[in-house]
Amino acid sequence: MAGMALNSETSDTRKRASSLINDPKVRGIFYQVLTLALLVLFVWTVTQNTINNLQKANIASGFGFLQGRAGFDIGQSLIAYTSDSTYGRALLVGILNTLQVAVLGIITASIIGFIVGIARLSQNWLIAKLAQVYVEFFRNIPPLLVILFWYKGVIAVLPQARESLNLPFQSYLNNRGLFVPKPIFGDGVWAIAVAFLIGIVATVFVARWAKKRQRLTGKPFHTVWTGLALIIGLPILTFMALGAPITFDFPVAGRFNLTGGSVLGPEFISLYLALSFYTASFIAEIVRSGIKAVPKGQTEAANALGLRSNAITRLIILPQALRIIIPPLTSQYLNLTKNSSLAVACGFADIYAIGGTMLNQTGQAVEIVALFLVIYLSISITTAIFMNWFNAKMALVER
Amino acid sequence: MKKTILSAAIGAAALGLASAASAATLDDVKAKGVVTCGVSAGIPGFSNPDDKGEWTGIDVDYCRGIAAAVFGDPTKAKFVALSSKDRFPALQSGEVDVLTRNTTWTISRDTSLGFNFRTVNYYDGQGFIVKKSLNVKSALELSGAAVCVQTGTTTELNLADYFKSNNLQYNPVVFEKEADATTAYDSGRCDVYTTDQSGLYAIRLKMKNPDENMVLPEVISKEPLGPAVRQGDDKWFDIVSWVHYAMVNAEELGITSKNVDEMKTSGGPDVKRMLGSEEGSKIGTDLGLTNDWAYNIVKLVGNYGEVFDRTVGPNTPLKIERGLNALWTKGGLQYAPPIR
Repeated sequence: MAGMALNSETSDTRKRASSLINDPKVRGIFYQVLTLALLVLFVWTVTQNTINNLQKANIASGFGFLQGRAGFDIGQSLIAYTSDSTYGRALLVGILNTLQVAVLGIITASIIGFIVGIARLSQNWLIAKLAQVYVEFFRNIPPLLVILFWYKGVIAVLPQARESLNLPFQSYLNNRGLFVPKPIFGDGVWAIAVAFLIGIVATVFVARWAKKRQRLTGKPFHTVWTGLALIIGLPILTFMALGAPITFDFPVAGRFNLTGGSVLGPEFISLYLALSFYTASFIAEIVRSGIKAVPKGQTEAANALGLRSNAITRLIILPQALRIIIPPLTSQYLNLTKNSSLAVACGFADIYAIGGTMLNQTGQAVEIVALFLVIYLSISITTAIFMNWFNAKMALVER
Repeated sequence: MKKTILSAAIGAAALGLASAASAATLDDVKAKGVVTCGVSAGIPGFSNPDDKGEWTGIDVDYCRGIAAAVFGDPTKAKFVALSSKDRFPALQSGEVDVLTRNTTWTISRDTSLGFNFRTVNYYDGQGFIVKKSLNVKSALELSGAAVCVQTGTTTELNLADYFKSNNLQYNPVVFEKEADATTAYDSGRCDVYTTDQSGLYAIRLKMKNPDENMVLPEVISKEPLGPAVRQGDDKWFDIVSWVHYAMVNAEELGITSKNVDEMKTSGGPDVKRMLGSEEGSKIGTDLGLTNDWAYNIVKLVGNYGEVFDRTVGPNTPLKIERGLNALWTKGGLQYAPPIR
C-alpha cells in the first residue's frame, strides 16, 4: 500500500517535472534568468579584474579629481572659465561647446540638405547636376578630411590679423576668426526676453485659432505674417519702450590682434562648416528618396482637386515625404553629433579634446573614457527621444 | 562605489592585458627579444626618423643603451611613436616597456599615474618662439597674443600659470599633435608657439622661413626630461636608471666608444670595475644582466657626451650647448652615483 502510494507520488512529480521542462513559459523564464546571471557574472568579473589591475599598477582611481583645479586654459568657452576652475567645470565647457557645434550644425545641415535634396529633383538640368556633384563630393570623403579642408582653407585663405577684412556693422574677418560687436545688456533686458516668449506663445494660440476658423468657415488667415510680427515685433517694441538698453562692445585693433567684441574662432567655424556640409550631403539623399517615395497618384489626385502646385507640395507631398524622411534623418543628426569629436584635429575645444587634456593631466583614463561614453550616450539618446516624438507626431494618424 | 564599478567595467577589457606585463618586465623583454620604447613622433634631436627611416635622437639612444645592456645588441630596440596624449596609457597598459619620450618628471606623474622616474637625460625649460616681425623682445610683452600649444603637456599648465602670475591675457589654441600646432603657428594662426626650449630650436628648423622666427630669452619652467617606467618593478627600474648612470660615469671617467676596448684592460680600478673586467665582480649579474653590460652600452651606443654631441650638440643642426646638461665637474647638473 505504502509502496503504491510512493510510486504514484514519484510518477506524479516526474510528470509534473517533465511538464515543467516542456512548458515553454517556464523554459523561457529559465533561459532569461540564466542569461541575466551570466551577464552579471561577466560584468562582475570584469569589474573585479579592473579594480585589481588598477590597484596593482598603483593608479589612483575614482571621480574625486573632478573637484581639483584644472590649471589649463581653454580658448573657446560659453561660460566663465579660467585655469583656476575645476576639472568638472572644464568638462562642462566641453559639453557646451560640443552641444553648440552640434545644434548649429544640425540646423544648417538640415537647411542645406533640404535645399540640395529638392534641387536634385529639379527639372533644370544644371541645378540638378550641381546638386548631384555636391552630394557625391561630400559624402564620398571622410569627415576628417572635410574638417582639415575647411581648417587649412580658412587659415590659409583669410588675411593675417593685421590686414583684417572690414565687414558691415564694424565686424572684421581674419585668420584668427570672425570678430563681431558684443552686445552688453543693460537694465530691463529680461523684459525683452519675456516679450519674445510672449510672442511665441501668442503665435501658437493664433495658429490654433486660425486653423479652427479655417476648418469651420473656410476662411484662411495669414498665420505666418502675424506670427513673425508677434515674435519679432513685440521684442523690438519693448526694446524701444525701454530706451534701447543694449550697447555694443566693438572690436578694436590691439598689439597682436583685434581685442574686444565677440570672436568666432576659425576652429569653430571650420568644424561647424565641415560637419554641416558633410552631413547635408546625406540629408539631401534622404530628402530626395522621401519625396520620390510619395506615389505619383497623390500629385495627380491633388491636381484633379484643383490645388495649386505650392499647396500640393506643402499639404500633400511634404507631409507624406516627412514620414519617410524623419527616421533616417535621426541617424544623421546622431552621426553629426558624434563626428563633432573630430574637433581635436582642428584645435576646437569640444568635450573630447578637453577630456583628452584632462586624461593626460590626471591620468584617470578609465574614469574619463567612462564619462565620454555617458555624455555622448546622453546627448544621442536625448536627440533620439526628441526625434521619435516628432516622428510620432508626423506619423499617419488613422481615423 | 557605483561610479567606480561603472568606470572599472569599461576600462577592464583594455587593462585586462596589463597585469601580465607589469610583473617582471625584464623577463618579458628577454622573452620577446626586444625592448619596446615609447618615443615622440618626431622631435629632431630627441626622437625622429632620419631620411633612411632610422630613428635618431637622444631619447632613441637611451633606448638603444637599454637594449645594449640587456641583449648586448642596440638594434634590439623597438620604437613606438606616441602623441603626448597617448603616452601614459601606453605605458600603464604595458604596450611599451619604458617611456623615453622627453617626458617631464613631476610629482603627480610619479605618484598618481603609477610611474617611477629617477634619471634625467636632458634638463630642459619651457620657452617661447615668436615671429621677428612682431618686434617682441620679452615674454612679458605677450599680453593679448594667441598662443599655440600642444595638449596634455606640462607646457600647457606652465603657460597658464605664467600668464596668470604676470597678469597677462592670452588666447590658447590647443592641438593634439605637435605638427598641427606648429603648422598653425607657422601659418599665422598664433603669434606664439610654446614648448620646451630644445623643442623650439628643433621646430624652428622645420618652419617655412626659420630665420624669421626667434626664441625669446625667458625660460619659464623646470623641465627635467627622463625615462618613466611602471611602479612595482624595481629590478627593471634599476636597469633603466643605471643605463643612464653608466653613460654619465663613462664620460666622467673618459671612456668613449673608441677607447673602451683599450680601457677595459689598461684602465684604473674604477674603470675596470665598471666595464666588468675586474676579477670576481658581480655588479652586472646583481643588476640581472651580464657583467659586460656597461661595456656594451659604451661600446655600442657611446657615453653621455658622445650621445649628446651626436644628437643635439653644437655640431648638429640644433646647435644646443651643453649648459645644464654638462657634467657636474664642468658646472652642469649631470651627476651619476658611483658604480661600486
